[in-house]
Amino acid sequence: MTRSMETARRTMLASMIVAVAAAGPTAQDVSFERLRAAAEAPADWLTYSGTYFSQRYSELDQVAPANVRDLQLQWVYQTPVFGPWQTTPLVVDGIMYLTQRPNDVVALDARTGRVFWTYSYATPSDHRACCGSNNRGVAILGDRVFMATLDAHVVALDAATGAELWDVQLADRHLAYSFTLAPLVVEDKVIVGSAGGDRGIRGFITALDAATGEEIWRFHTIPGPGEPGHETWEECPPDPETYCDPEAWMHGGAAAWLTGSYDPELNLMYWGLGNPGPDFNRFQRPGDNLYSDSVVALDADTGELRWYFQFTPNDPYDYDAVQIPVLADIERNGIELKAMLWANRNGFYYVLDRETGRFLTGQPFVTVNWAEGLDDNGRPIETPQPPGAPTYPGVQGGTNWYSPSYSPRTEMMYVPAWESYASVFDAQPQEYAPGRPFVGGRPATAEPVPDAPTVPGLTRGPVNTWTAAAGSGAVVALDAVTGEQRWKFEMTDVTSSGILTTASDLLFTGARSGYFQALDARTGDLLWRVSLGGQIVNGPMTYEVDGKQYVAVIAGSSLSTFALRD
Amino acid sequence: MVAASGPVRIYNAREVSVMQRFTPGRSIAAAAFCLTAWAAQAPAQDHSQYEPADIEYGRSVYLERCAVCHGEDGDSVAGVDLRSGRLRRAALDRELIQVIRNGIAGTGMLAIDLDTAEMTGIVAYLRNMTYEVDVASLGDAARGRAIFEGAGDCLSCHRLEGRGLRTGPDLTRIGSMRPLSALRRSLLDPTGTMRPIDRPVELVTADGTRVTGRRLNEDTYTVQVLDDAARLRSFDKADLREFRVIEQSPMPVYGERLDPAELADLLAYLVSLKG
Repeated sequence: MTRSMETARRTMLASMIVAVAAAGPTAQDVSFERLRAAAEAPADWLTYSGTYFSQRYSELDQVAPANVRDLQLQWVYQTPVFGPWQTTPLVVDGIMYLTQRPNDVVALDARTGRVFWTYSYATPSDHRACCGSNNRGVAILGDRVFMATLDAHVVALDAATGAELWDVQLADRHLAYSFTLAPLVVEDKVIVGSAGGDRGIRGFITALDAATGEEIWRFHTIPGPGEPGHETWEECPPDPETYCDPEAWMHGGAAAWLTGSYDPELNLMYWGLGNPGPDFNRFQRPGDNLYSDSVVALDADTGELRWYFQFTPNDPYDYDAVQIPVLADIERNGIELKAMLWANRNGFYYVLDRETGRFLTGQPFVTVNWAEGLDDNGRPIETPQPPGAPTYPGVQGGTNWYSPSYSPRTEMMYVPAWESYASVFDAQPQEYAPGRPFVGGRPATAEPVPDAPTVPGLTRGPVNTWTAAAGSGAVVALDAVTGEQRWKFEMTDVTSSGILTTASDLLFTGARSGYFQALDARTGDLLWRVSLGGQIVNGPMTYEVDGKQYVAVIAGSSLSTFALRD
Repeated sequence: MVAASGPVRIYNAREVSVMQRFTPGRSIAAAAFCLTAWAAQAPAQDHSQYEPADIEYGRSVYLERCAVCHGEDGDSVAGVDLRSGRLRRAALDRELIQVIRNGIAGTGMLAIDLDTAEMTGIVAYLRNMTYEVDVASLGDAARGRAIFEGAGDCLSCHRLEGRGLRTGPDLTRIGSMRPLSALRRSLLDPTGTMRPIDRPVELVTADGTRVTGRRLNEDTYTVQVLDDAARLRSFDKADLREFRVIEQSPMPVYGERLDPAELADLLAYLVSLKG
């Protein structure tokens, strides 16, 4: 960035601050300091995962095990757009900001559900986002709301009016670059990561100037020639036995399609990265394929890589490491641990030292047969299954992008898990074609008996014909340090819902079958449930307005909020 | 992130093993590798993955729907020899299905609407036109109907066009929903092929009432049942004293009850049930 650009940026920031001051206390003013201290101000929900540590834990405790049965529906907001609705709303000073398909932002009164404004981005119909027109939410800084779009743009809106302030394009939608995540805001930057890892992109994470949209840095999730890690995209042998792609790294995926976490003290951001491409044919991209299926720790100022840890080298199963990096400071046996907690799609639960990336411990949290364990460095000891045999966990993973939760009170990590679920993988060579699906084979869900219905990949209707015989869901509560299971709450169908915990030791989670449930976070006992009809594929969140605690969740096309009856 | 695609059979995944054995580098110079070349030179698939019942039924579908253009021997369209085993656009079965379902733009190959049984059959037949397969003869549907309504006693559990009981699945459209080979397996091995959702359930309510029936839907807390008296019933699992899913199929093993010719007749009738 040039000096004059820096000056312009500072001037703009200053004018933003003046504008906020002039507008008085009714306008939004979410400073970086406020974002840093979000855990201490639980009336708001300021980031996708609640706080920078992404624990999806709230200090609110008005709703408690003793009164949770008195929860009552307060209001419902219905989206006019059909399709799985994955957004997590933000709440700032009683105003809720959320996204709906394809790229709308809605601002509404968090107490009544009545809408102030709706912004509709003109998403081009020829975007090539994989897996539906998903968007998981907005970020907020100052008086601005930021959304990343399906055609790889980022827009900034006036939080008071929804007016568009800037719109920048970061990549070519025709090459299948897209954004589905809620952006992360750190200091004066808006950070986004690209989706498209099943369509031959080369992933990236980019920081933009929140004032102008100008790009500050870009981290390519696949190192280029000469960069450390590039050698893990090994050269093809001169006479390969099977198809080998000499340019594999150029379209090798490693998308960053879910919001990262941030440690302000270390000034490190953590991002989970997705599968290498093509997903299922590892033979055409020999090597570990860094930084696919890894977590990367980036300097928040510069985007420079500080460390990485790869969960699944040379992955043939689409085991994205696209989970929320959960950060926690845990003291155990007199030792203070700056931990990163990670229940991975590959079925293993990991604890890492988030200062160094050092592997501390790891063990399966669901049935796993693709690896028999992890070595001292956390690298899997692989046990590939014979052709035609089921591999556990299946392609959707032991868990996926659904937000887990960590409660500092119980020191348990709560994971939405898929159990008794396997896929049969089928690797096939595939040449890269720009913007097209690039998966190299296909997985099929293992059937309990021939031709029986199997677990639907992303969406389900109102009738469960596959039954628990094809896979079931659970909330698995793990000792955060050791990974040992403390309790398990079993569900008949698999789950795509995130998890919320609170300071009253309540755990809220949804289900594909449409139930919204409150459990005792210490025991897993069911305390309350309500059937909301549509599948729940977002993470529940909580906030407070006028002294009343609300719990919000989306089921089907409806956002429902609950609070204790007056 | 990829959604799991449609199910394939894991008990007979020959397509996988064929792909494993086939190494493109062996037949094509790696530098010159391209998918179209690979597809064009892919060897014919292992015919033993296709079941005789499907091949034979597929032949009847072929003669009815395809032979008018492609000819009985598959070589009537210039430049297309279906018996060659080399289908340029359809090295894999799913590609073949796409071609049949969507047609080929700019050619005389039109989109053809086939149901599951017909599609499974036509694929099995097209993959086996060059083989001398000892196929089980497709039986006579009229004789099959007599067995269905008579000795087979099928209506004592199944519903068909408004007749019969509802204990088992309704068979009115079964001939379009399931491949012939799957119907055959059901008759020979009812327990091993019964879909989990079709497994009978037995439950005892709080007052001791015993209910048997078939699940229509189930979630963590409740189960919806069509009971043996054809009533729709919904139960809270927490209220039940017992809830059991019975894995043993109540259907007789028809391979023991019927001779091969009768079995073929019954199958011919079942696959004719298109609703």
